[in-house]
Amino acid sequence: MPIQIEHLTHAYMPDSPFSAVALDDVCLTIEDGEFIGLLGHTGSGKTTLVQHLNGLLKPTSGRVVVDGLDITEKGVSLIEVRKKIGLVFQYPEYQLFEETVAKDVAFGPKNIGLSDEEIDRRVRHAIQLVGLNYDKIAERSPFELSGGQMRRVAIAGVLAMEPKVLILDEPTAGLDPAGRNSILNMIRNLHKESGITIIMVSHNMDDISTLATRLVVMSKGRMVLTGSPREVFQQRELLESVGLGVPQAAQLAEELIAAGYDIPQGLYTQEEVVEAILALHGKGAGAC
Amino acid sequence: MLRDITLGQYMPGNSLIHRLDPRTKILLTVLYIVMVFCVSSPVWYVIPLAYILLCAKLSGLRVRQLLSSVKPLRFLLILTFALNLFFSSGETTLIQWGFFRISKEGLMTAVHFSMRLIFLVTGTAVLTLTTSPIALCDGIESLLKPLSKIGFPSHELAMMMTIALRFIPTLTEEADKIQKAQMARGADFESGNLIKRAKAMIPLLVPLFVSAFRRAGELAMAMESRCYHGGEGRTRLRVLKFQKIDLWAALVSVAALFLTILCGKWIKL
Repeated sequence: MPIQIEHLTHAYMPDSPFSAVALDDVCLTIEDGEFIGLLGHTGSGKTTLVQHLNGLLKPTSGRVVVDGLDITEKGVSLIEVRKKIGLVFQYPEYQLFEETVAKDVAFGPKNIGLSDEEIDRRVRHAIQLVGLNYDKIAERSPFELSGGQMRRVAIAGVLAMEPKVLILDEPTAGLDPAGRNSILNMIRNLHKESGITIIMVSHNMDDISTLATRLVVMSKGRMVLTGSPREVFQQRELLESVGLGVPQAAQLAEELIAAGYDIPQGLYTQEEVVEAILALHGKGAGAC
Repeated sequence: MLRDITLGQYMPGNSLIHRLDPRTKILLTVLYIVMVFCVSSPVWYVIPLAYILLCAKLSGLRVRQLLSSVKPLRFLLILTFALNLFFSSGETTLIQWGFFRISKEGLMTAVHFSMRLIFLVTGTAVLTLTTSPIALCDGIESLLKPLSKIGFPSHELAMMMTIALRFIPTLTEEADKIQKAQMARGADFESGNLIKRAKAMIPLLVPLFVSAFRRAGELAMAMESRCYHGGEGRTRLRVLKFQKIDLWAALVSVAALFLTILCGKWIKL
């Protein structure tokens, strides 16, 4: 189910003194099974862009075509679109409202009119997917859980709709390192095992570098760069000019090269850099 | 959508009217209301009309902006007009149509009362369009200060109003976000009958209340940690001061009020 974004432009409050262009002529095609890392500084238009993908926002001009269907046209059943494209907002735990975790996760499936048995199956599956224990948690109030658990429940609420594309807007914001790692691992497993397309908004290079198959860099409402992580992280100067950076490992590698060490160009994951340093030191892994 | 709700309709600017002391503007608005009520026949609305046009000219507001403030009241306006038109007793019958009878006096009263409503709303709109909510609160606090001698919590009232105003945009944004999040989960806020729609609000209202309480707690904590302990002995960053233009504005307004009263008394039309 490919998504084509064609010349998408969005202005907030057009024709008023407060008018602001949030997206400016963005063109992008997302293929099945990709893991897109959507990068950009605060206010670069990432969130506005992803809200167009399931019809929450209407573009000022341009189109969004999902699976051959132009969802920006009038009369398109948006509920059908939202069934296929799940969107997890920033701080999704603030959208929880039901008395029990199970009921909250069931909210989405209920809205799309599934049978009770199907809802129950999906709720169990989704809660298990986010790494929580259904029997322990299902009947508890979502408001008495820890922050990290609440976020998982909220993500489960979107997964229960069994979308073909999952969009996550800064899923690790405000979590402690342990919570962050477990959410990232969960997303990695989702992509690997269920093979769904994932679009993850982030401004943390270290998070995104090991997960994404392709990066998209936004700045001031425009798409300035796209490519594999290795290609994108070569453009350190461009990234820094738009208020971003490269992963710490890439930074280290680059500085070692600058200091005259013989390390290959274009390394960006921690493992690669460790390997290269070890090779330099003892000509072989495990030498230290 | 929710984003369109604007309660504070303040239009930033630096005109003569903008620069008036908020207290002056509040008091003169009260004076203006008195003036509108003193108008005795529809013809003499020319005086408040001239006054409003002068305000519009001096403040750089467009008349259309002022008139748009009447829009939310259109049903009330139509109702006022219709009730006065059909149910006023009068001598001269203009139109008789079965049970309905429109008299000349009825027509006059209907026009009179509708005009009164329109003038009241557009006039007070000058105040809210040219005064920032914060300045308005400061002005109200300062005007209510004398009442604190008899135990009226003027500072607390103003502080509550300021906080409420401050959080309107925050909560609107939050509501918009939660609404979108629930829509992304297939929630439908726009169709169905009244009961269904009211029920659809639960997924929006519960998280909104939870977050409002959380914010209130955090704000209270932040204020206390900065040693806030009520109004006693607090000094202001911006001290309100009457200036020459305030005096001029007051003179013009009082003159307009007297003109209205005198015209109504001596020149019968």
